Amino acid sequence: MNSLNPHPFMCDIHDLATLAEEVRVGDVRAVSRLISLLENHPGAREALRFLNTTLRKMMVIGVTGYPGAGKSTIVDRLVSFYRRQGVKVGVLAVDISSPVTGGALLGDRIRMSEHAMDFGVYIRSMATRGHHGGLARATGDAALVLEAAGYEVVLIETIGVGQNEIDIVNLAHTVVAVVAPGLGDEVQAMKAGLLEVAHVVVVNKGDLTGANHALRDLREWCPKVLRTVAMTGEGIQELAAAIAEHQRSRGVRHVEKARNR
Amino acid sequence: MAIASAPLRILIGKVGLDGHDRGVKLIARALRDAGVEVIYTGLHRTPEQVVNTAIQEDVDAIGLSILSGAHKTLFRRVLELLKEQDAEDIALFGGGIIPDEDVTTLTADGVKALFRPGAPIQEVVEFVKGLKWRD
Repeated sequence: MNSLNPHPFMCDIHDLATLAEEVRVGDVRAVSRLISLLENHPGAREALRFLNTTLRKMMVIGVTGYPGAGKSTIVDRLVSFYRRQGVKVGVLAVDISSPVTGGALLGDRIRMSEHAMDFGVYIRSMATRGHHGGLARATGDAALVLEAAGYEVVLIETIGVGQNEIDIVNLAHTVVAVVAPGLGDEVQAMKAGLLEVAHVVVVNKGDLTGANHALRDLREWCPKVLRTVAMTGEGIQELAAAIAEHQRSRGVRHVEKARNR
Repeated sequence: MAIASAPLRILIGKVGLDGHDRGVKLIARALRDAGVEVIYTGLHRTPEQVVNTAIQEDVDAIGLSILSGAHKTLFRRVLELLKEQDAEDIALFGGGIIPDEDVTTLTADGVKALFRPGAPIQEVVEFVKGLKWRD
C-alpha cells in the first residue's frame, strides 16, 4: 500500500509524487507519512506541488488560548458537531517540545478519544520542535495535506499560549480564543495580543464562579464573546454558529456551500 | 540526506480495563526526557483505537501497559490489527505483570520487548532509542 521508500528521511521526487497521489485519494497512511516527512525534511515540501491545494476549499478554524482553559475539549465537541453534519474533519493538535531535551508529551488526543474509531476524523499531534509562535513549523503544510486528502474542516489547536504566540492568525480563517474564569481582570483583556486578534472569544467553564464577570469584562473589548461549558457541550452550537457567521462575513465558502460545489 | 535529529514518535497508553496508570505515566515522562515525542493516549483504549491512532500519528512504535492479566489477548490483537492495516513496520512493546512463559510466546508472536516489574526505566529508554531506524 505504501510505496514510499521505507527509510523515513529520504526524499525522492518520484516517491513524493506517488505519495501525493495516495494522499489525494484519501489514504490515511500516506497522509500520516507525508506529514512526518514535512516535519522532518524541508525537501519534502516539493510534494506540496503535486497536491495542488490552497486552503481555499476547506474551512480552517484555529483554537487558541491559555493552558488548561479547555481548548482540547472544545475541539472535541466541535469535531462532534461537524461530524453530525457529515463533514470530514481533520485536527492538528500542537503541543510544546521541551527546550531542554527536544522531547514532548502530546496529550491533546486524550480528550478526543471518542473519535478514534471514526474514519471521517483524522487527528494528528504535532510538537513545536523549537518553533515559536504557538504552532509547529509544518502545521500549515499539514493543513494543505489534509485539504488534498478531502477533509472539509480542519481544527488547529495551538499550544497553550500567553500573549505573543499568534501564528495561528496567518493560517486560520477564523480564530477562536478560549479563556477560563478567574485568569485575570479587565486589564488583561485590554492588553495587546491573543484577545486582540481573535474573531470569537470563548469563556469556557462558564459554570464556574467569575464567569459572568469575565464575560462582562471581555465584552467591552472583544467583538464576539460566548459562554461555553465544553464538558457538557453547552454553548457549542452557538460557537459553531458564530464561526459560520464569521466565515460568511469574510466571504469564505462555508461548509454547506463547499459540499454542494 | 538523513536528518539525524528527527525525533522518534512513540505511542504510549493502556488498553483494556485496568486503571493503574502510575507506571505508564513514568515511562511516558522518561521517554519525553530522553527526547522522544510521546503520544499519550490515556486509559481504557481498545486495540482498534490504538492501532488507528498509531497510524494517524505515524509513530515508530507502540508501547502498552497491561496489568490486568489480559496481556496475551490484547497484545495479539494489536499485532493482528497492525498486520491487517499493513502497518507491521510499527514496533510493539509493552510492560506489565507477565509470566515467563507468556513472555516467550508473545515475543515469538512479534512483540519486540516486554518489561516487567523491577525493570529499570533506563532499560526501556535504551530499547526505544534503539528503534531509531525502523525498517
